[in-house]
Amino acid sequence: MTTPFFSTLWLEEASTVAKRTDFAAAGLLAVSVLLVAVLAAVNLYFIIRYRRGSPAPRPPARIPSWKIETFWIAATTVCFLGFFAWGTRIYLDIERPPAGADEISVIGRQWMWDVRQPNGRREFNELHVPTHTPIRLLLTSEDVIHSFYVPAFRLKQDVVPGKQVSLWFNASKEGTFSLFCSEFCGSKHANMTGVIVAESPGRYADWLAQGDAMGDSFARGETLFLRYGCSGCHTQPSSVHAPSLEGIYGRRVPVTGGGFALVDDFYLRDCILLPGKVAPAGYPLIMPSFQGVVPEGDLVELIAYIKRLGAGDRGGSTPGMTP
Amino acid sequence: MNPATPIVTGDAAAEARATTNQLGMWVFLTTEILLFGGMFVVYSLYRGVYPAAFRQGGQTMDFWLGTLNTAVLLTSSLFMAVADRAVRANRRRQVTACLLVTILLGLAFLGIKSYEYHAKYAAHLVPGSRFRAGGGRAPQLQIFLFLYFAMTGLHAVHMIGGVAAVSWLLALNVRGRLSPARAEPVTMVGLYWHFVDCIWVFLYPLFYLVGR
Amino acid sequence: MSEKADYLAVDYSMRSWFCTLDHKRIGLLYLSSITVFFAIGAAAAAAMRIALLSPSGDLIVSDVYNRLFTLHGVIMIWFFLIPAVPNVLGNFILPLMIGARDVAFPRLNLASWYIFMTGASLVLYAIAAGGVDTGWTFYTPYSSTYSNSHVMVMAAGVFIAGFSSIFTGLNFIVTIHRMRAPGLTWFRLPLFVWSLYSTSIILVLATPVLALTLLLMALERGFGVGIFDPKIGGDPLLFQHLFWFYSHPAVYIMILPGMGVVSETLACFSRKAIYGYKVMAFAILMIATLGFLVWGHHMFVSSQSVYAGVVFSLLSFLVSVPSAIKVFNWTATLHRGSIRLDAPMLYALGFMGLFTVGGLTGLLLAMMAVDVHVHGTYFVVAHFHYVMVGGMVMAYMGGIHYWWPKISGRMYHEWTARIAALLIFLGFNLTFFPQFVLGYLGMPRRYYTYPAEFHSLNVMSTAGASILGLGYLLPLFYLTWSFFRGPMAGPNPWNATGLEWRTSSPPPTENFAATPVVTTGPYAYEPEEK
Repeated sequence: MTTPFFSTLWLEEASTVAKRTDFAAAGLLAVSVLLVAVLAAVNLYFIIRYRRGSPAPRPPARIPSWKIETFWIAATTVCFLGFFAWGTRIYLDIERPPAGADEISVIGRQWMWDVRQPNGRREFNELHVPTHTPIRLLLTSEDVIHSFYVPAFRLKQDVVPGKQVSLWFNASKEGTFSLFCSEFCGSKHANMTGVIVAESPGRYADWLAQGDAMGDSFARGETLFLRYGCSGCHTQPSSVHAPSLEGIYGRRVPVTGGGFALVDDFYLRDCILLPGKVAPAGYPLIMPSFQGVVPEGDLVELIAYIKRLGAGDRGGSTPGMTP
Repeated sequence: MNPATPIVTGDAAAEARATTNQLGMWVFLTTEILLFGGMFVVYSLYRGVYPAAFRQGGQTMDFWLGTLNTAVLLTSSLFMAVADRAVRANRRRQVTACLLVTILLGLAFLGIKSYEYHAKYAAHLVPGSRFRAGGGRAPQLQIFLFLYFAMTGLHAVHMIGGVAAVSWLLALNVRGRLSPARAEPVTMVGLYWHFVDCIWVFLYPLFYLVGR
Repeated sequence: MSEKADYLAVDYSMRSWFCTLDHKRIGLLYLSSITVFFAIGAAAAAAMRIALLSPSGDLIVSDVYNRLFTLHGVIMIWFFLIPAVPNVLGNFILPLMIGARDVAFPRLNLASWYIFMTGASLVLYAIAAGGVDTGWTFYTPYSSTYSNSHVMVMAAGVFIAGFSSIFTGLNFIVTIHRMRAPGLTWFRLPLFVWSLYSTSIILVLATPVLALTLLLMALERGFGVGIFDPKIGGDPLLFQHLFWFYSHPAVYIMILPGMGVVSETLACFSRKAIYGYKVMAFAILMIATLGFLVWGHHMFVSSQSVYAGVVFSLLSFLVSVPSAIKVFNWTATLHRGSIRLDAPMLYALGFMGLFTVGGLTGLLLAMMAVDVHVHGTYFVVAHFHYVMVGGMVMAYMGGIHYWWPKISGRMYHEWTARIAALLIFLGFNLTFFPQFVLGYLGMPRRYYTYPAEFHSLNVMSTAGASILGLGYLLPLFYLTWSFFRGPMAGPNPWNATGLEWRTSSPPPTENFAATPVVTTGPYAYEPEEK
C-alpha cells in the first residue's frame, strides 16, 4: 500500500449526518474567519493610523459607549445562540436512533473491538455494515472507557464499562473507513484501530450469510443459558417462581413499584446484572446479580438468545430481525 | 465593604487586623464547605440510586457510638466557646481548663472513631478484597461503606488538625501569650473547631440514622 | 533619591530569600521555579513532537509516549499555567498596584510557595520513578484500577499543590478587600486587580473539588474498589463530572489574569483608558461565574444525558459572549490612541489575535454536532493550545516584559524582545494551526503512532515547534542578562499610570515611603505628542 507523504486535506462524508456536520462547521468557520479578518483589519488600521506621533486627529468619542456596548453584546449573543440552535438540532438527530434499526453489538476491550453481527457472526476490529440502512450499534466496554470513532461518519461514542450505550448511523456510500479509539485507554490505545466496511445491502447480506466458524449463535446462547444456570429458574419445570422468557422481548411488563417497562436490550442487561433495579412485579427478589460473573461477550450472546426465545425463529441469519 | 481602607493606627489598627484575619478564616472555611459539600453531593447521588443498599449500610453502623461521638463533639464546642469568653474576660486558668477539656474530648472522639473503624475491619466490612457482604446484602453496600470511610476519615483528619491547633492555643496560654487584647487566635481556632463540629452534625444522620 | 536599599539589595543571603516574607521576593521564588517547570514540560513536548515526525511511532515506545503526554499536561497546567500570572506577577504587583505594603497574610504567602514546591517534588518524583500514563485527566476506571504506574504519588503531588492555589486565592481576596490605599474604591481599581480578584474566587471555590476528586480516585486505587467502579454499582462518569467541575473553571483561572495583563499593557501603550471599563470589569465577573456552569461540554460524547448536554452547550455559547466583548473593547481602546509597538504591546496584540482564534474554535467545540466529530482529536489540542499558549503564555510574557523594569530596576533590550515575540507568534501558529486540520481529518489525540495520511501536517507542526522553542529561549537569555547588566530603568520608564509606577524601580521592601492616596480612576492617560 502506498503511503502518501502529503495528507489529503479532505475527509470523505460517508454517513447521512456527515454532510450536515460539515455544513454546520463550515458555517461557523466562515463567520469566524470573517470576524477574525475584520478584527485584524480594524486593529491593523488603528495601529498604523494612530501610531505614536501620527498626525491623525483624536477627538473625544461622540457616540456614548453604552450604545456601542449594547449593540455588540446583543449582536454577539444572537449570533452565538443561532449557532447553538443549529448544532443542537443536528445533535438531537444524532442521539435519536430511528425505530426498527438493525442492531449490532460492539464490545470494546483493551485493545480491540469485538463486533457481533445480528446473526452472531463475529468480527474483530472490523465492522461490516449495509449502506443506506439505519444501523444502531449497542456498545459497551469490558474494562476501561474507550471511544468508538469513525471520522468519515463524523460520529463517535464513548464506550463505558458497566453500561450499554448506543450509536446509530446510516452509511451513505460504500467503502472502507477508518475506525479509531479516541479515549485514552492504556498502552496500546493508538493501536486500537480498525475499519468500517460499508457494502451494498445485497453484498452485506451475502457476507453475513457466510457466517463464521464458531457455529450457530443460537446454540451458543443456549449453551451459555444452561452454563450460567439461568435455565434452573427460568425454564419450567422449576421450583422457583421466575418469569418465563419465551417471547418476552419487546413486551411491556409490569414492574414493582407501579408502571411498566419495555423489555429491550437495556432492560434485559439490567435484569441480569442489577436484578433489583427495575424488577418485574409479582416475583420475589431472589435473582442473584451476575455482575462480574458474565463477561460482556457472553452477555451479548445471552441477550441475543433470549431475544429469539419463542420468536419462532431459531438460528436464522436474516439481518434486521428486531421484533 | 469599606469603599477604601483609611490609614489607621493603634487600637483601630489592631481591630482592623482582627477583621482581616477573620475574613481570611471565613474564606478558608468556605473552601472546606466546597470540599465536604462535594462529598455530600456524591453521597446524595448514590443514595438516590441505591436506597436499599444505603439502608442496609446504615444498619451496619453502631448507632450508640455515633450518638455518643456527636455528644462528645458538641460538648467540646461548648467548652471551646467558653474558652473564647474566658480569654476575653482575662480568666487564664479557666482558659487552660476549657482548652484542655476540648482537647480531651477531641481525642475521645478520635478514639471512639478508631474503635469503630477496627470493628468494621474485624467484621470484614472494609471495602476491598477482604470485604464479605454476607447473604442478602446488596453489592452496592460497598459504595456506602466506601463513602463512610472516605467522609468520616476526611473529617477525622480535620479533627486531628483541630486538636493540634487547640494544643497550640494551650501552649500559648500557658506561656502567657493570650490576653483580652490578644484573643484573636482563640476566636479563629474556635471558628475552625465549630465548623468541623458542624460537618459532623451533617455526617451523623447520613450514616447513623439512614438505616433506622 | 533615597539611600535605602531596594528589596533586592537589602540582603543577599540565602536565608533572606528562603525565609522572606516580602511578596516581591516570593514572586521571584515562584518565577524561578515555574521557569524550571516550564522547561521540563517543554522538553516533554519537544520529545513528543520529534517522535511524531514519523507515523510509525518507532522513536518512542507507546508506554513512554503515554507518560510524556501525562507529564506535559500535569506540569504545564498545575505547575506553570495556573501559578504563572497570579503567583509571579500577582504576588509582585498586586500590593504595589493597590498601594499596600504587602499581602494580607505574608507568612501564608511564603507557606504557599513551600507547599507548591512540595507538591512539585512529589510529581517530579513520580516522573523520575517511572511516570504516570493516565493523561492529566486521570479518567477512571483506567487511573483507579488498571493503570500500572505511579498514579497515587502524582495525584498526591497535585493535591498538595492545590493547597498552594487555595491559599494564594484566599490571600488575594482578603488583600483586595482590606488593604487598598485610601481613595481606591472598587471602580477605581485597575482591571488587573479585578481579574486577580475573580481568579481568586475561582481558586478558592473550584480547587477543593479537585482535591476531593483526586482523593476519591486515590482511595479507590488504594482500597481496590470505589465509587467510580461499575463492578459495585459505581459510575465512572461521576469522576468526569467532578473532575471537570474543577478543571473547566481552572482554565478561567489561567486566562483571566492574562486578560488583566493585556488590559494594563494595551492601555499603557495606547496611552488611553480601556474602553468600557465597567463593562470590562463586569465581563470578568461574568466569565468567572458562567465558567462554573459549563463543565459538561467536555463530556458531550461521554454518555451523559442528552438534555444536560444541551444545557451545557447553551451555557458554553453564553460564556463566550463576555470574552468576545473584551476583544471588541480592546480594539476600541486602540481607536484614537497613541500607539507604540514595544514588546509588551506586541504580546498583548498577539494575545488578542490568538485568543480570538482559540475562542472561536471553542465555539466550534461547543456546537454539539461538531464536537461529536472532533472531541478527542487534535482539534481540541489545537484549541486549548491557542487559548492557553497563544493566549495565556503570551499575556504572561507581555506582563513579564511590562513589569520587568519594576521587578529588576533595569530595561531589557527592546529589539531582541520584539524579535523574540515575533518568533514566538510565528512558531506558535506553525505548530498549532496544522493541528486544527489534523483534528478535523480525524487524528485522535494521545496517539504515539498514526496513519500515514496525517504525516505532512505532523511534520509542519514539529517544524513550528522548533521555531517556538527558539522563541522561548531568547527571553531566558536576554532577560537574565538584563537583570544583571541592563540599563537602569528609573521609576516609570513607560510613563504609565498605576500606583506601582509611583515608587522606585526596584521598590524598597515596604513598597512605598508613604501610603499613596488615590484621587482618580485608573488609566488616566493623556495622549502624548511624541
